Amino acid sequence: MRFSSAILVIAILGLLTALAFAQDEPVVGPKPPVVVKPMESHIGNITGHAVDAKSDYRRYCAGCHGDYGDANGENAVWLDPKPRDFTIATFKCRSTLTGTLPTDQDLFDTIGRGLTNSNMPIWNTFTKQQRADLVAYIKIFSPRWDKEKAGTPISIPAEPPVTIESISHGQALFAKLECWKCHGTHGEGDGPSASTLTDSKDNPIRPYNFALGGNDSRFKCGSTNQDIYKIFMTGVDGTPMPSFADVIQPNDAWDLVHFLRTLQVHRHSKENEVLMGAHGVIPPYQDKGAPHAAAPADNKAPDGGQ
Amino acid sequence: MRRKKTLLALLTMLACSSLMFAGTVSGKVTYTGTPVRQKPIDMSKEPSCAKQHATPITTETVVTGPNNALDNVVVYISSGAPDDGQVPSQTITYTQKGCQYIPHVLPMHVDQEFEILNDDQTSHNIHPQPKINVEWNKSQPPGTPPIKEKYDKPEFIPVKCNIHPWMHGWFVVLKTSHFDVSKDGGDFKLPDLPPGKYTVTAWHEDYGTQTADVTITGSETKDVNFTFKAKAY
Repeated sequence: MRFSSAILVIAILGLLTALAFAQDEPVVGPKPPVVVKPMESHIGNITGHAVDAKSDYRRYCAGCHGDYGDANGENAVWLDPKPRDFTIATFKCRSTLTGTLPTDQDLFDTIGRGLTNSNMPIWNTFTKQQRADLVAYIKIFSPRWDKEKAGTPISIPAEPPVTIESISHGQALFAKLECWKCHGTHGEGDGPSASTLTDSKDNPIRPYNFALGGNDSRFKCGSTNQDIYKIFMTGVDGTPMPSFADVIQPNDAWDLVHFLRTLQVHRHSKENEVLMGAHGVIPPYQDKGAPHAAAPADNKAPDGGQ
Repeated sequence: MRRKKTLLALLTMLACSSLMFAGTVSGKVTYTGTPVRQKPIDMSKEPSCAKQHATPITTETVVTGPNNALDNVVVYISSGAPDDGQVPSQTITYTQKGCQYIPHVLPMHVDQEFEILNDDQTSHNIHPQPKINVEWNKSQPPGTPPIKEKYDKPEFIPVKCNIHPWMHGWFVVLKTSHFDVSKDGGDFKLPDLPPGKYTVTAWHEDYGTQTADVTITGSETKDVNFTFKAKAY
């Protein structure tokens, strides 16, 4: 009896071992090669070629963005925010309207500038040719680049002078457009909706804190007034930040830029100088009729109710 | 010339007769089991919306009616429909009112234009999150014109407003114009179906999809019912 139980145990063990070996073997060895399509980029008089960026991408980019551009590089798990997923072809920093592909120049600038508050460094070690080649390489990962052209850059009118009136109107727009719902009334990223925000991959994401940082503070997509203009007009795709291109008139947008600069309290700027000249007080916006007819409602209580 | 005219007349008659003998698929969507209780929504952070609701509203993931009726199920012809590719000309609307999406589920044909309206006193951002179509995200303050959009590929697209995180809805982009959403007790109706064999698909955002095959032989109404198993949580 004991002998037969021992045989049974051995039989079961043998069966289990066989089952273990019968399971799918883990995939080992070289991964399928990346097919480098003959994509190009055009930045000024430089033409980038995807094939020339193969080794640079593997050495400098794949660690986070992944060999296949799917944001699954070996470091990705440790990063917040997550690396860009090139297979979706949704890009944060664009001069083009929301939902459209960025221009080659936009991608070229992003690589050179890096993305503040993220792990994407400033790649100023690359030559312009290397950056252009990498822009072309990014395009091999999504079929969108085969079928679609980049969007048309938005037109940005010349910047009007910074005045306390433009700052005041900008503040009124900040209230009316409810930027404070996420960014907070002082732009510190602490608005009532801030804690609930997630990006398009459902990862938690913080609204930009304007007040943080010193004189060198910059935005994700640049540091000039034109960059701020572009950021809110085109939106930051893949994040909760929407595009305001359809709802803000170009000159009003400049007023908003001027106000946003004053939220960068530790940064030297023309806007902060003008504000200091007004003893640090932004006067309430006085509606002078058209074209800002909707503005009197600006300084309503945050409930926006009637 | 006369031959051409005769041919045209014949074709017209044929087209009319196929419509005259058009059948209908109708039925009811129900559930079995106990659906998860919908969570109440706290709109206190948005008083202009909160005061539009006499009683606090709940999430709309599962909307039920009497006799186990299941609403907000998109029922559509997934194969067999002969008029695939014909984009309905009417514009459909998706309204933000009381910080809710009305309707909660908006079915549409590929390339059909739809309008998004903001009837609230607060700004919304419309942020549909497709995986196949192109993702965009637009702000729509009160009093601004409707946003007009369309999608060129079939997909079930979740829609959200990042400012008001409780707002959730769906764009359902289909390759057919034969669709309906179960409502008023789970009822749906797919009229104007010429004789033929069809696959009818029912899609619910939480309970998944079901299909049924149906054959229309003439001017008749075929009853097709769907029963989903409720998820406990």
